[in-house]
Amino acid sequence: MSATHLPAGTEAYEPVFVGRTLEELQKVLARYPTKQAALLPALWLVQRERGWISDRNMAEVAEVLSLTPAYVKGVVTFYTMYHQHPVGKHFVQVCTTSPCNLCGAEDVVRAFLKTTGAGEPGATSPDGSWTVIEVECLGACGFATPVLVDEDFIESVTPEKVPEIVRKYR
Amino acid sequence: MGFPHKPHPKETVVLSKYFGDAEARSLKGWKKRGGYEMLEKALAMDPNAVTEEVKASGLRGRGGAGFPTGLKWSFMPKEPKKPHYLCVNADESEPGTFKDREIMRWTPHGLLEGSVIAAHAIRAKTVYVYIRGEFTEPWTIMEQALAEANGAKLFGDIKVYLHRGAGAYICGEETALMNSIEGKRGNPRIKPPFPAAAGVFGMPTTINNVETLAAVPHILKNGAEWYKKLCLSNPKSTGTKLLSICGHIAQPGNYEVTMGFPLKDLLYECAGGMRPGRTLKACIPGGSSVPMLNREETESTLLDYEGCVERGTMLGSGGVIVFDDTADMVYQTMRLARFYAHESCAQCTQCREGTAWTTKILERILAGQGKMSDLDLLLELADNMTGKTICVLSDSCAAPVVSALKRFRSEFEDYIAGRRKPVLAA
Repeated sequence: MSATHLPAGTEAYEPVFVGRTLEELQKVLARYPTKQAALLPALWLVQRERGWISDRNMAEVAEVLSLTPAYVKGVVTFYTMYHQHPVGKHFVQVCTTSPCNLCGAEDVVRAFLKTTGAGEPGATSPDGSWTVIEVECLGACGFATPVLVDEDFIESVTPEKVPEIVRKYR
Repeated sequence: MGFPHKPHPKETVVLSKYFGDAEARSLKGWKKRGGYEMLEKALAMDPNAVTEEVKASGLRGRGGAGFPTGLKWSFMPKEPKKPHYLCVNADESEPGTFKDREIMRWTPHGLLEGSVIAAHAIRAKTVYVYIRGEFTEPWTIMEQALAEANGAKLFGDIKVYLHRGAGAYICGEETALMNSIEGKRGNPRIKPPFPAAAGVFGMPTTINNVETLAAVPHILKNGAEWYKKLCLSNPKSTGTKLLSICGHIAQPGNYEVTMGFPLKDLLYECAGGMRPGRTLKACIPGGSSVPMLNREETESTLLDYEGCVERGTMLGSGGVIVFDDTADMVYQTMRLARFYAHESCAQCTQCREGTAWTTKILERILAGQGKMSDLDLLLELADNMTGKTICVLSDSCAAPVVSALKRFRSEFEDYIAGRRKPVLAA
């Protein structure tokens, strides 16, 4: 893509969709009758490559899929799993919806915040390693409390198990 | 990963037969257990005959609505002039429900088999399996199973693709799910047009839940008559149902029972009853969107579509949330309202404002700042949130609030009158 189509900004921009990632996107495009339908998968690819999705990334996705940056941003902001700002090296999502709440999920959140040094939900620990957030229902209520650490889905977490989990990812 | 329990003698194990059997996940293991025989049979059948068999079985949608599956399939055009699509709803996010996750984790080929049979019945050549973004483990297992099945060229000219969601409960609503596949915000669409006329990409589409599709090969194998006989109460509810039990219960997990099974037996026998020294206070039998029941109502409920309606609630998705005498019903109601406020897609005013306002009122009651008039305000809001929006998300927020107020009003009054210590900061 040409640099003239990028939003205003002085820093150099490294496109995401080159080489292997571009090939992956092309495979995704073949699954749908429209280019637009590849938007969610394309955003997942950006997040995998960059850790989060910046305005510049959104502009690139828009260009690649023949959409507008505003449209792409509208979609990014709708879905909670896309990060619109950088997060810690490890991203922890703890379910605190009613069934898990009954089983002590809020104590699990507190244990993660304390053990990782992240301090408060949504904040990142000073060393940049950890971000911990509360999320709504993770769909594993019988295994309370489920926790997602990055892409790893961990079941039946109790406050006692938190230090061990954190140690594993350090 | 968590392993399922050994089936209780009172369970009717059909879909969950291979839960916990890791070998059943591979194509070889699945075939060894009789898998894909029904696919072969179905692909050789006339699509209408497949639909008729499913219609005759009485199978109803297991995602929550309970719409007759065969009837839904029969709405699809018989002579495809445009491409047809099947969307598999694996966006399981209804609080209390975790059955589809288990189906995908243990019997991915069972779901694929049922899906491709359904695609054949509705003359679809493309299947999208929409899996919620948080289900990383089921995704990996499904991806592997799909690669194996594709490698063995089992699906003829029917293509199956996985599509990953990105964190939005509302995408489990069928029209929102289609918008999400199209690369749009997950806003539900106004019906009509119904999906069978204009669905994903504007083409005739059927959307089915994971558990519904997983039942299809069993119906073809054992016959509609067999499935119809799986019925303990009302003949309009047939087959088996996976019930996910969670919250204050001794043995949480998925239990598969015949339709019409007593909720009491499910709780006290299959799932081991309350925790030691505790008694049952309330229960939500069908996922958080349905009205909650008190102890007496819970213990007299039969688990089928009609039995739940008789007690003033719904079978929904079969997510059974149990509250014992330690549960703070005001706090839990607030948590449920907060869930819906968080998940509202925000296109309808009643829902966007109603879910947020309901949550705010409940939070102020819990902070000791409530007024007695707040309780009437909550009911008035709930009335304005019921039956007035494009989808039923706002109705789903109103249901737990209204039912909790009806059954546990004194707990709300205790916070307001200062008889109970505030649990939230003002």
